[in-house]
Amino acid sequence: MEESEPKHYLYRGIVFVMLFVTWFILSGFNDGFHLTLGIISCGLVTWMSSDLLFEHRDASVFARLRQMGRLLAYLCWLVWQIFLANLHLLKLSFSPRSALQPHILRYESNLETDFERFLLANSITLTPGTVTIKIIGNMYYIHAISDISAQGLDGEMERRIRHIFETSPSRKTSEA
Amino acid sequence: MIITILSVLLIGAGTVFFLGAAVGLVRFPDFYTRTHAAGKGDTLSSLLVILGYCVYQLKDFESFGESWPILLVILKLLGISVFILITSPTSTHALMDAGWEDKVEPTIQEGHPNHLNDDSGKF
Repeated sequence: MEESEPKHYLYRGIVFVMLFVTWFILSGFNDGFHLTLGIISCGLVTWMSSDLLFEHRDASVFARLRQMGRLLAYLCWLVWQIFLANLHLLKLSFSPRSALQPHILRYESNLETDFERFLLANSITLTPGTVTIKIIGNMYYIHAISDISAQGLDGEMERRIRHIFETSPSRKTSEA
Repeated sequence: MIITILSVLLIGAGTVFFLGAAVGLVRFPDFYTRTHAAGKGDTLSSLLVILGYCVYQLKDFESFGESWPILLVILKLLGISVFILITSPTSTHALMDAGWEDKVEPTIQEGHPNHLNDDSGKF
């Protein structure tokens, strides 16, 4: 894939800044010696392997930022779902055996990229009560611990994940 | 004082969820349901406990110029929770998948489907 030069450097810069922020958070020293060490090592890593991080470098920075914001909003929603589902699991732990209805069900998704599928599988597993056992093609095999947990798989999660990564053509032209 | 109480409340709530996970681990009927309790009861509880630690760190916060290292500690703690949010479901899934590959029989409630069993001839 042919890349335009300025964007190439822009992404290198972003990778460098991300690495350096991580360095600074983990080291906690702000004297010149340690900062220089950090700049040297982050620069070395950026030079050698900056092309590992972002896949579609032709995407505009605004599109990236919008994705990032939506991903954060999705994570907040997910934490709320985890909270609700965890309350349910807590109740199940102390209720009689008949409260459990363990079963394995299929769920077919229409997500396209690997990252979206990974995000859906991990989100399903994160909400207590449902675990992805296998993904074959677009078919998810999910172990649900009770009927109420299984009701969470109504496509809401997939719709939200699709919303994060969708790039509608009208928006694309308005940004260009 | 308020900060201490708030952090104690958060950590206490986290341990209640940990207790639920431990009870579930003992009481649930088969391997798969127990993995539910062990692998997932701890997502919310560890988040709450780590959040409690973050709040507790704010106790000594006076001004940004002097106490900025505290913010770094909080960021590190939040980093741990992000790490847990990624690794916990992955390892739970790996355990479940390994159990299925080793033909551990799941307990299925009467009248409920086991689609993985139905379809296992296809692949």
